[in-house]
Amino acid sequence: MFKFFLVKLAQLVPTFIGVTIVAFAFIRLLPGDPILLMAGERGISAERYAQLESQMGFDRSLVVQYLDFLKGLLHGDLGNSLVTHAPVMDEFMSRFPATLELSLFALAFAVIIGLPAGVLAAVKRGKTLDHTIMGVSLTGYSMPIFWWGLLLIMLFSSTLGWTPVSGRISYMYFIEPVTGFMTIDSLIAGDWGAFLSSLHYLILPSIVLGTIPLAVIARQTRSSMLEVLGEDYVRTARAKGLSNFRVIMVHTLRNALISVVTVIGLQVGLLLAGAILTETIFSWPGIGKWMIDAISRRDYPSVQGGLVLIAFIVMIVNLLVDLAYGVINPRIRH
Amino acid sequence: MALLDIEGLSVRFKTSSGLFAAVEGVDINVDRGEVWSIVGESGSGKSVSMLATMGLLPWTAQVTADKMAFDGQDLQQLSSRQRRRIVGGEMSMIFQEPMSSLNPCFTVGTQIDEMIKQHLGGSRKERHERALDLLAQVGIPDPARRIKAYPHQLSGGMSQRVMIAMAISCNPRLLIADEPTTALDVTIQAQILELLLRLQEDTGMALILITHDMGVVAETAKHVVVQYAGRQVEKQDVKSLFANPRHPYTEALLSALPERAGDRDRLPTIPGVVPGQHDRPSGCLFNPRCQYATEHCREVEPVPAADDPARTLCHYPLEDGISPSPAAAGAARDNPQSSPHREVRP
Repeated sequence: MFKFFLVKLAQLVPTFIGVTIVAFAFIRLLPGDPILLMAGERGISAERYAQLESQMGFDRSLVVQYLDFLKGLLHGDLGNSLVTHAPVMDEFMSRFPATLELSLFALAFAVIIGLPAGVLAAVKRGKTLDHTIMGVSLTGYSMPIFWWGLLLIMLFSSTLGWTPVSGRISYMYFIEPVTGFMTIDSLIAGDWGAFLSSLHYLILPSIVLGTIPLAVIARQTRSSMLEVLGEDYVRTARAKGLSNFRVIMVHTLRNALISVVTVIGLQVGLLLAGAILTETIFSWPGIGKWMIDAISRRDYPSVQGGLVLIAFIVMIVNLLVDLAYGVINPRIRH
Repeated sequence: MALLDIEGLSVRFKTSSGLFAAVEGVDINVDRGEVWSIVGESGSGKSVSMLATMGLLPWTAQVTADKMAFDGQDLQQLSSRQRRRIVGGEMSMIFQEPMSSLNPCFTVGTQIDEMIKQHLGGSRKERHERALDLLAQVGIPDPARRIKAYPHQLSGGMSQRVMIAMAISCNPRLLIADEPTTALDVTIQAQILELLLRLQEDTGMALILITHDMGVVAETAKHVVVQYAGRQVEKQDVKSLFANPRHPYTEALLSALPERAGDRDRLPTIPGVVPGQHDRPSGCLFNPRCQYATEHCREVEPVPAADDPARTLCHYPLEDGISPSPAAAGAARDNPQSSPHREVRP
């Protein structure tokens, strides 16, 4: 198992190097220039431009700039933001918990609803319930996030007044950040009201962000369950006189999960991408909103650093998924 | 009272082109401790009829029977909960593909334990002891180590032994073995058959062996049911079946045995294949492949004669190896290779 882990870890290295190149090149491919943007409509003299350019190190060749970026990366230094002059790492880490919290709740929503829905659809294959579940999930999958988010805000926040429109917690509470997770921090502070309020603010964004993963998980679970239900060992389980529930939930689901877990892992990348839109709709102070701002200002260090960190997180999640395989599927472990 | 008493068993599958009768009119009545065999080519409905008895067919199957009783309990009337108490506990089954019949996610021990827990109960320690004991009984070396093995770590023969251990774990009174040796290589086949027969003798359970191998039938069974295209064509005890096959199909199967072919250069075969859903002939289902078939056979479906203990599904059942069919004389003349007058007997 440990060797398996090391091999998987080693495989990440070339991927990671590729990511750094893409992240470095991507923002520089965009038209526009951070110095010109900072100068704004007033314009800037050629001398001042050259001075700032050499100050920021942009006058060096791209290869040197890239190697410099890589060197800093190996030391855990992503440089400073061109806008705030604060270290990119600090900027990222102060916002990331908000995104992570939202993504985890969205993923939990997607799994808790999607998995049983998929199982139910497979068991009731061809019946009305199956068609209903699959129809709803296809609709959910096809829905543009920003449109879906606005619809839900209009219904639940504006018309019904059940949920807040934006933000992470009611203005009545101030919670000292410890972990950055509003739900956990409010529990640490021992403030039940704040905890419930933070959950209340999480409901709608989690549903919006979790809708597409939910649909994907439900459909994958269904097809995977149907495949496993036709296996010989499921017949064996029935031949043992086990209850239908046990045949489905133990013998079938356990095997069906192997492919579902892969799909759940892949959703994490999508969640972080989807978070950018969701955070914009709900004014959620996470990395999504921060990245959008950084891109529009051509804040090179922030964008490349943010991209590398997000890619790193996605890679780590995929590594964890590979490890989870080993736990679920003994054929890989041995 | 027979242990397993089935009369007029029919299984129909819903297909896109209407109902397909995979099994029709199968009777089987197994007494305690008897060894039965069901023979027939692939596609003759052997497995389906036994899966129907176990209640393991998918929902597209419609199972009907005039009588379907296990130990006096009508299987068709039982609730699914009551039926599950019998299936696995009193009546268990092993399958053709041992490698895919075990769940890849659980250890051998877990899978045996689950069965014991379901039907016999007992403490964790007792169940573990029993599982070890069972593995030793089916001839698995080093049970203490194997009990922790996952199915992918076992060979086909070992997997089938594990399946057998699991099937007999709750002291069933009837074991159904569905072609248990087909997927195994020849040396292992004999070992598995021997094991099944030894266990049958030791425990006194009844055994139904589904096979397409007449040699296996001769070595194991006391009673034989011959099926063709879902119909039961003949039912006899093994001695009279071999000495005196009543149905031309049985006769043809027997003459394809190397032991019976004598010193002929080529083994006789049965031309053609079992008809499927879409190419069912009219009249007797076997008529296109039967050397004795007449115009009557091609037009009228046969029914077993009321006074025939073998319930032969034939217009002209063989008598002492001679067909009374008007076509028999011609067949014997045209085709001496498969003459009905056989001198070679076991």
